[in-house]
Amino acid sequence: MTELVKPKIEIVPSPAGHEGPGFFATSLDKAVGMARKNSLWPLPFATSCCGIEFMATMASHYDLGRFGAERLSFSPRQADLLMVMGTIAKKMGPILRQVYEQMAEPKWVLSMGACASSGGIFDTYSVLQGIDRIIPVDVYIPGCPPRPEQVLDGILQIQKLAASESIRRRDTDEYKEMLEKYGME
Amino acid sequence: MENLLTHIQEKLNAKFAEAIVSASQEKDFPVFTVKRESIHEVLAFLRDEKDLGFGFLTTMCGLNYPDNKGKELGVMYQLHNLPKNLRVRLKTFFPVNDPTIATVTDLFLTANWMERQEYDFYGIIFKGHPNLKRILNMDEMTYHPMRKEYPLEDGTREDKNDTMFGR
Repeated sequence: MTELVKPKIEIVPSPAGHEGPGFFATSLDKAVGMARKNSLWPLPFATSCCGIEFMATMASHYDLGRFGAERLSFSPRQADLLMVMGTIAKKMGPILRQVYEQMAEPKWVLSMGACASSGGIFDTYSVLQGIDRIIPVDVYIPGCPPRPEQVLDGILQIQKLAASESIRRRDTDEYKEMLEKYGME
Repeated sequence: MENLLTHIQEKLNAKFAEAIVSASQEKDFPVFTVKRESIHEVLAFLRDEKDLGFGFLTTMCGLNYPDNKGKELGVMYQLHNLPKNLRVRLKTFFPVNDPTIATVTDLFLTANWMERQEYDFYGIIFKGHPNLKRILNMDEMTYHPMRKEYPLEDGTREDKNDTMFGR
């Protein structure tokens, strides 16, 4: 009889802490960071071809669900991660900003592709030359459009931020200063 | 129809001999240049005359030739006779410091949004238009971007320059 080899199932490792029989102690920051990191709810703000690439990222072949981000939120109120994918026209700018402002803390922004990050090839009067002119951006993904692997890499970068940031990020001076720079409260 | 151009030309000349500036055949399109004052009457005639019956305004667009003094701006109309599958194109020109022309929204409802677009991009004022405001660009925009006197590029950038684009 051949021995049945069970595949090793990797679960999320626990954060650094003190372990003993019947107890495990770590800081709240780390526990919350771990939880946030592995259940990001992205809000897809897809305006053009990068959005198509994002659909591939969500589908079975690349499967964003493997990273705990398969639950898309189409309400900014429930979303953690704003994914801006595609050309943002200047007329769209105030709408994007409103979506960002409606999101509850903690929130992160991922700018996917050349257009969202810099205007891309659309160096023209009607196109916003990079969304960081109106909202703060955490991670930029280069490419025109980026491949799904790059999107996954970007999500992993966001996860690193989510895991290591203080749960009181919004109270820090740096964060307030940054929001003030964008004219937000 | 043997020759659409001559057929329409005869009809128009009989009624608007003064208003027709030029007539020519461009590929399969008869093209007429009409004086601005008569454009509304001519379009109405092309639409309503039994023999012509151009009942559908396919498209219209603004024109800008900054070197044609006194005729810098213009509007182009393209009409279609759907039952007979015939087409005709009309152009009209006027000076840039008096960019006004009569609306044709009373003849073709489809002209409503197209005239708004011409206003948005070229600053052409359509007299009598029911709702002449910008349609595609943001309302805060202070100029009419398709006029050639304005640069195409976004003027607020400093990190993109000509050397990056090989210009």
